[in-house]
Amino acid sequence: MMARSTSPSPETTPPSVRFVQLGEVAFRVNTRVLSMIGVALVVLVALGAWALTLGSFRLSLQAVIDALTGAHAGDARFIVRDLRLPRVLTASFVGAALAMSGAIFQGLVRNPLVSPDIIGVNAGASFAAVFWIVTGQPSPLLPLIAFAGAVTTTAAIYLLSWRGNIAGPRLILVGIGVNAILTALTTGLVVRANIYEASRALHWTTGSVYAATWGDVRVMVVVLAVLAPVGVGLMWALRVIQVGDTTARSVGLPLERTRLALILVGCALSAGAVAVAGPIGFVALMVPHIARMIAGPMSGGVFIVTGVLGALLVLGADMVGQHALPVSVPVGVVTGAVGAPYFLFLLYRANTRV
Amino acid sequence: MSKVTSTAPAQSTMAHRGTLPAAKLGATLLLCVAALAVVAVLSLRVGSIGISNADAFDALFHYNPASYEQTVVRTLRLPRTIIGLGVGAALAMAGAAMQATTRNPLAGPDLLGVNSGAAFGIVTAVYYGHLTHPLQFVWFAFAGGLAAAAATYAFGSAGPGGATPVKLALAGVVVSSLLSSWLTALLLLDQQTLEVVRFWLAGSLAGRDVTTFTSVLPFLLVGLIGMLAMANQLDILSMGEDTARSLGMHTGRVRAVVTALVVLLAGAAVAAAGPIGFLGLAVPHIVRLFTGPDYRWTLAYCLVVGPLLLLSADILGRVVARPGEVQVGIVTAVLGAPVLIALARQRRVAEL
Repeated sequence: MMARSTSPSPETTPPSVRFVQLGEVAFRVNTRVLSMIGVALVVLVALGAWALTLGSFRLSLQAVIDALTGAHAGDARFIVRDLRLPRVLTASFVGAALAMSGAIFQGLVRNPLVSPDIIGVNAGASFAAVFWIVTGQPSPLLPLIAFAGAVTTTAAIYLLSWRGNIAGPRLILVGIGVNAILTALTTGLVVRANIYEASRALHWTTGSVYAATWGDVRVMVVVLAVLAPVGVGLMWALRVIQVGDTTARSVGLPLERTRLALILVGCALSAGAVAVAGPIGFVALMVPHIARMIAGPMSGGVFIVTGVLGALLVLGADMVGQHALPVSVPVGVVTGAVGAPYFLFLLYRANTRV
Repeated sequence: MSKVTSTAPAQSTMAHRGTLPAAKLGATLLLCVAALAVVAVLSLRVGSIGISNADAFDALFHYNPASYEQTVVRTLRLPRTIIGLGVGAALAMAGAAMQATTRNPLAGPDLLGVNSGAAFGIVTAVYYGHLTHPLQFVWFAFAGGLAAAAATYAFGSAGPGGATPVKLALAGVVVSSLLSSWLTALLLLDQQTLEVVRFWLAGSLAGRDVTTFTSVLPFLLVGLIGMLAMANQLDILSMGEDTARSLGMHTGRVRAVVTALVVLLAGAAVAAAGPIGFLGLAVPHIVRLFTGPDYRWTLAYCLVVGPLLLLSADILGRVVARPGEVQVGIVTAVLGAPVLIALARQRRVAEL
């Protein structure tokens, strides 16, 4: 397997690492990663504020702030609060959830090419959603169906990969197989549907945050509030797993239970995001690499960096897709184009730290 | 191929844990060749019109243009059978080679961006050059695939450290997603273009002209023969960078040659049949579960099992929805994926 262990040896511990003692427990805090989280959050808030001013009805920053604080009633308030803010928040939260999900799966199977789009989780959501669209079922239930599709598929992949344990290579092969079947069936549905439903289905599978509502925001807040802290807490276990099964067992880690927990969290993060916005590509696969390249090996802190960078990427891509192009396009089209040049630059600079 | 079988590694130093001995491997390979011959004949006979053995034989050797059945065989069934044989072999071998050089089970022939490059070439040519007929596509597809692979290699080998497998793989994924962003945007903007390329993008053996295949055939043959000749080097390369180096191999040079051969194979395949996914990824895994990590056997099996699976899927696609057809890409996945899953569960997964 090509992935390397990401835990640093003691002599390479960077000088920015501090140890904080809280009663019985000591935490290892990397101040460089902490400051990176801070900077990324500031950039995210600034970008979000800029996004709120943009649109066919241009607003000044002051007008946006007034609308948010409720100083003014009227058009500006409606546009900012009910149209633009939900979209900005949904884009950010969806990006964060996808990126974190990718980080979990890549660490879990120790393969840098894995993401929920490749091992079938998103394909399950897509198949369920496209089936729902093509058979003309009521669209308010669509997110729920997509979520159910992703969860069912993950359960199937888990059960099919289980042979007394979950081995990375077997999980990948089973995932590829399940992904291929579901993608093929989805293509079959789209080919046989009439053109109106086919184009709706294609639009959904591209992924967009167009017409996001406060309901979407609430879903994503719940998903992130529950799962992101669990993910951060599981990161130390993930690092132990990456060293190897034998080591993990010898330090007393309940290996299969930890794997199941990681799969559940990774799946639920991805399923929540896909249910709200459709399977936006590139984010889950690439953002964890970007985070590792600029912030170092995966840890609780770098996991948070991954989330914030994912939010930045999807929000930025949505702004480009909505405002910078002659015709507005769904965000799923743009994420690759926005993220790829930066990623190639990082790849050029990187040693083989991926 | 006979060369590969004759150098059968009875004395191989590599362990064959859980795999068959050389004699059985050879016999199984012969069985697969026989099955492929049967499937190729079926591919001439089965379809919306049934063709008798005699008509199929006459169409090949005593062609009578006045016979409707023989014309069907000669102009429709024979081209798609030939294309299926070539494309299946090319994709399977390219996939095996990519998995060996990157040592990653997720690697496939399209990892270098060849498929999205080819699609990009065609869509751009249709959008700006107003091409209308798939016959004009072949060189744009081939050139686009080559250019994308070259870009991937350039990005993947730039910077300190040179072309490591991880950097190459990631560069390929990024180049692909960059190209498909552009592609999707063009298709969303222009329905006319979508209408022209939609069929090509589905990836199919039907309706492809045999001249598109013969024009890329030289590249395909160079790729196939070259790859078989590289089997020993792939074996050593798949043991890992350090081991290969300590055995005296110029890993950079070998990797560059193998990559070039993969680009020839995958480029020719996509130009002839459009993007057919999954096959190149899955066949090496299925094959390796029998042959183990020995690439001389793996490549020989890929050469036979790739077309076997592709042609079987194509025939099944003609039968299940008569008089219509199900695209071969869909059938390949539905047929091949359960096999892959079952094998992955049954046996110890062959490590790369």
